[in-house]
Amino acid sequence: MGALSPLIALLVTVTVAGVLFVALGKDPAQGLSVFLFQPWNGVRAVTELGLKATPLILCALGLAVCFRANVWNIGAEGQFLLGAIGGGGLALWATTNGAVVGRWAFFPLLIAAGALAGAFWAAVVAWLRDRFNASEILVSLMLVYVADLLLNYLVFGPWKDPKGWNFPQTMSFSAVTEVPRLVRGMRLNWGFPLALALAVVLWLFLFRTYRGMQLQVGGPAPAAARYAGFSSRSALWTSLLVSGGLAGIAGAFEVAGPMGQLTPYVSNGYGFTAIIVAFVGRLHPLGCVLSSVLLAMFVIGGELAQTRIGLPAALTGVFQGVLLLSLLACDTLIHYRPRWMTSR
Amino acid sequence: MNELALLLAATLGAGTPLAIAGMGLLLNERAGVLNLGAEGLMLIGAVTGFACAFHTGNDWLGFGAGAAAGAVVAAGFGWLVIWLNTNQYATGLAISLFGGGFSAFVGTSYVGRKLVERGDYSIPLLRDLPFLGTALFRQHPTICLTVVLVGAVAWGLYRTRAGLVLRSIGESPESAHALGYAVRRIRLLAVVSGGALCGVSGAYLSVVYAPLWVEGMVAGRGWIALALTVFATWRPARVLLGAYLFGGVTMLQLHLQARGVQLPLQFMSMLPYLATIAVLVLISRNPLWIRVNMPASLGKSFFPGS
Repeated sequence: MGALSPLIALLVTVTVAGVLFVALGKDPAQGLSVFLFQPWNGVRAVTELGLKATPLILCALGLAVCFRANVWNIGAEGQFLLGAIGGGGLALWATTNGAVVGRWAFFPLLIAAGALAGAFWAAVVAWLRDRFNASEILVSLMLVYVADLLLNYLVFGPWKDPKGWNFPQTMSFSAVTEVPRLVRGMRLNWGFPLALALAVVLWLFLFRTYRGMQLQVGGPAPAAARYAGFSSRSALWTSLLVSGGLAGIAGAFEVAGPMGQLTPYVSNGYGFTAIIVAFVGRLHPLGCVLSSVLLAMFVIGGELAQTRIGLPAALTGVFQGVLLLSLLACDTLIHYRPRWMTSR
Repeated sequence: MNELALLLAATLGAGTPLAIAGMGLLLNERAGVLNLGAEGLMLIGAVTGFACAFHTGNDWLGFGAGAAAGAVVAAGFGWLVIWLNTNQYATGLAISLFGGGFSAFVGTSYVGRKLVERGDYSIPLLRDLPFLGTALFRQHPTICLTVVLVGAVAWGLYRTRAGLVLRSIGESPESAHALGYAVRRIRLLAVVSGGALCGVSGAYLSVVYAPLWVEGMVAGRGWIALALTVFATWRPARVLLGAYLFGGVTMLQLHLQARGVQLPLQFMSMLPYLATIAVLVLISRNPLWIRVNMPASLGKSFFPGS
């Protein structure tokens, strides 16, 4: 039954969306088609969907591990931005110094740079939690703002393109640094299959290894985990490093993929959307892949709604919020039978 | 001397929204409900307050609208976490994300709009006091009202029966339930009033402090207010103190800039966020201190009859 809940939540969201379109004086059928069908319309649209889903899959996978371990990392956005800075910095260095390696040799370096930068940002959270008992929720979120300002500093300051008419952006990266594309002429790149592979790896880790099991027991049953001698410190560090690393890779793929340069607007809020993705995907790696595609539809739909029917792109945020709220409500209503009573 | 008074005035101005939201969150948390949706509630309060003040030209109506919007959304949050017993972390996050999207959506047409010129707020006689006049009494009255609010919350929590019941529900909802108190209803009341205060705080930002509407203008203040309640070990007066401390940090960056300190703008803007982390680290490093002061049922669901 638990798997039904996202579907019901989606239904609720679609209903809310339809009502909202009517209230805004738009044709609900046209509005819904922009969100539900247009993103699937044609080969190019589908590849764009995969491109948008890639960062969401990567971020959400890490968050699923964190939330399962009862580690409330809500700063994936910051870890994503650090990954973008790490990957972007490496690509910028390769561009200015002339690339010494080929495209396929650069790809793993890019992944490593993104993962290290993202994991470093998450390690700060883990360290402050581990050593000083500081709430990981608040620290990870504060670090989002710090990362954003750091990125701003770099692109407005030392990394700014000297020939860029003073726009806050780095120079365009050389072709060697680009994430290799899957199909010629499409923007979809090897990041997507890699994200899918990582989903399988994390599924194996969580459900087929002893360490993965140890990590998860601390979530629902901290007392049992303590009794069994499972280290909550190890769960904290593992989940945060995995999550930060994955979000960092997502950031590196975004700058060295569709963006091709570092700008202050690299993220589009992927790290926050990924929280919804993780919950809608039932904190299950394979579920996260499905829900990433769904949320990517919403993101693309929001952009299309702006250009095609003149609605603000912020509509996406409303739908995302409604989706998560109705999902949480559905979970309870599915697992418990409502009964009217006078109890207070 | 005058410069110092102006700096103090600016500090109080910047600390006030944190204090108001912090009071709301304090009420929530004292009743045992952790509301991670503060940021979203503040954003919704900000956009509603701005829209109302824009159309009516009256600040107080704007504040009222912000409070009402915050209360309505908080009631939804309360229904989910108190009656449906959903996870408080996840639901609060959902409210924050929803608030961000919803406020951006509603506010699209208000971006770049200006509020009508407002009259003078200064209080006659008091404004002519030598130092305090400039520091306190030439600003929007919310600054002074906030201190009254904090006093009222402190008095209510510690000197009234209702406050005692609220605190007991935060410590042990089971015991309060056994004594015959309506745990869920009282929690909902706390959540709704907390949401209203978050809404007012947002409205203050968009109507008085900024005064304009920009997407995401709350800029993490909701989360800082959440950190403040921890910093204050859940005591009203300390929340106020902490809020002014953070207001001071915000103003410090502007002051340093004016003094010509050579540090990139972005690093100065990091100060409030880094200060929040530093404060959390300092206050949390003694787990016993936190455990003694934290409402014991904070963040836990309550099932009556279990």
